[in-house]
Amino acid sequence: MNNTAVIVGEFKRFIKFFISELKPRGKWLTPFNVISIPIIILGIIILYIRFTQGLGSVTNLSQQFPWGFWIGFDVVTGVAFAGGAYVITFVVYVMRVEKYHSIVRVTVLNGLLAYIFYAGALVLDLGRPWNIINPIIGNSFGYNSVLFLVSWHFLLYMIAEFVEFSPVIAEWAHWPKVRKFLTALTLGAVIFGITLSMLHQSGLGALFLMAKPKIHPLWYSEFIPLLFFVSSIFAGLSMIIFEGTISHRVFRNLIGEKSHHSHEQIILGLGKGAAIAMFVYYFFQALIFIHQEHWALINDFWGYWYLIEIIGFVLIPCFMFAYAVRNRSMGIIKIASVLALVGIVMNRLNVSVIAFNWDAVNKYYPSWQEIVVTLMVVFSEIWVFRWIVTRMPVFNKEK
Amino acid sequence: MDRRSFLKTAATIGATTLPIKKLKAEESEEKKEFFGVLVDTTRCIGCRSCEVACSEAHDNYVPDIENDNALENVRTTSEKQWTVVNRFETGKGEVFVKRQCMHCWQPACTAACLTNAMFKTKDGPVTWNGDKCMGCRYCMVSCPYDVPKFEYFDWNPKIQKCNMCFERLQQGKKPACVEACPTDTLMFGMKRELLEIARHRVYNYPEKYVHQIYGEYEVGGTGWLYLSSVPFEQIGFRTDLGTTPYPEYTKEFLISVPLVLFAIPAFLLGLNLLTDRKKELNEKGGEK
Repeated sequence: MNNTAVIVGEFKRFIKFFISELKPRGKWLTPFNVISIPIIILGIIILYIRFTQGLGSVTNLSQQFPWGFWIGFDVVTGVAFAGGAYVITFVVYVMRVEKYHSIVRVTVLNGLLAYIFYAGALVLDLGRPWNIINPIIGNSFGYNSVLFLVSWHFLLYMIAEFVEFSPVIAEWAHWPKVRKFLTALTLGAVIFGITLSMLHQSGLGALFLMAKPKIHPLWYSEFIPLLFFVSSIFAGLSMIIFEGTISHRVFRNLIGEKSHHSHEQIILGLGKGAAIAMFVYYFFQALIFIHQEHWALINDFWGYWYLIEIIGFVLIPCFMFAYAVRNRSMGIIKIASVLALVGIVMNRLNVSVIAFNWDAVNKYYPSWQEIVVTLMVVFSEIWVFRWIVTRMPVFNKEK
Repeated sequence: MDRRSFLKTAATIGATTLPIKKLKAEESEEKKEFFGVLVDTTRCIGCRSCEVACSEAHDNYVPDIENDNALENVRTTSEKQWTVVNRFETGKGEVFVKRQCMHCWQPACTAACLTNAMFKTKDGPVTWNGDKCMGCRYCMVSCPYDVPKFEYFDWNPKIQKCNMCFERLQQGKKPACVEACPTDTLMFGMKRELLEIARHRVYNYPEKYVHQIYGEYEVGGTGWLYLSSVPFEQIGFRTDLGTTPYPEYTKEFLISVPLVLFAIPAFLLGLNLLTDRKKELNEKGGEK
């Protein structure tokens, strides 16, 4: 009885604390707010139209292009960008490389939010979203579907990442005992999470295996799952570099002196990892190209487009990473990470949208509404991210 | 990692792999008898009675076949019409071709569907169940014939495609289009029997038909079979789809899933313990 009273009291305290934390802090008229608030409002209006008048009222999707920008960019690309969380948790918790410990929390938070918002964007694209519970509650399991696997792994991975992040929440809410319990779960969640990531990162590629006659042969091979997995490693690492650079500017006052100093070392290490992963990826791509004897396909628009992606946005940033790590050039690493991210966007959109039905007469281009909703998703994620990092102990504050 | 958290991890992994072990082992040969339809395009006069009968049977848009001049263009099936007839100018004159769902033996759409809304019934028709479908449109991405169509301008959209008049078959009737056909272009029956009839026609009239029955081997075999007087690519058929059933393309990946789910956690745990041991040795070395 006494126990329940304590829990109820504690719960009341937390609700009060939570409400006080919900209040906005800092200046309202920042450039980010001025841009993001109108876009989020516009996005909500568009989504209202979408849910009352059908997908066709706001998107350019058609019978030939059932998947467009929301799937190709928000879900397929967004999830690749979130790959950093499983790479970093692998390095820190499994390999016990302590150097990267200071960025674990922010990386896991980024991964968790990316899954909630970008994989969550999948719901916006579903024609009959209320039936999304069907493959989960078990009244109709489509075991043979790659999408069944991917959706289950999204769900389980979100839970795993939440468990990995939960000690931070417990610390914020001043629950030391709960924190201790949750910290004990971390390694289990990490191992489970890495396994799930390997499977759904590659699973996103496997989704397109049955679209064989529709995808341009330069982007289709039976190894798409492997390519998607390997590229998610450097996509995730590049995203950590890119996002870390911005965070270190924007949230300067939240980050301790010590982390500012070790930041350079961390970025160099991540750059090295990205260079290696990118080279392996490039090597796979080259092997596939040679084995499938694609030489004849290279001398037209699609061939050049393929070369731009593979040379311009894989091989060149790969060498830039390697060069920058040797010469300790932070500037070049940052440029390389941006190029690598652009390369991932190109690759994912090529497989899912651009080189999909490449010979169609009426090609698909995203409508402005699709782009606004995508920006809405990105901005809302940044809002939640900002709210969490300004309140919870995400960054290392050591002096 | 202590034993408790190890057991916890193992239990969770075990629980999530359970459903996967039910992966259907597809048979390599078609053994079960399915219903199908044989379409002899040399007999079709392009009257489009089948289009009207189909739409009337399923409450879809009924085309005005007298006045709409729809044969001027090559059409695809749509969310409003499950079947269309197209006209092709060929070396052997005008050829009319009725198109609809092919009702594959191993359909890509049913393998793609994560809710079993797209379902191959035991008699052969591939049907769609709105209570299960979540509208992800993966069936449309996967279908090699681009058959499933989606209602983009509806808040409660349906996937529209030919269901081989599943509800009429249950009453012992033929599909509406077959019954409406005035020229015996369409013949309904068991696929095995239809194949025999088709071969019989090709052998007896070798100058009339090309020596191919479309659907005998394409994408692993389809329920609907076609005969033609000209090569099939001249009358709007894709002949580059291969003879592999489409679910085969994702089978290897799906088989590897349970392996990865067991092997990788074991590997990672081992790696984790190994790095711990290293640290211990380093500390010991430091003490000396």
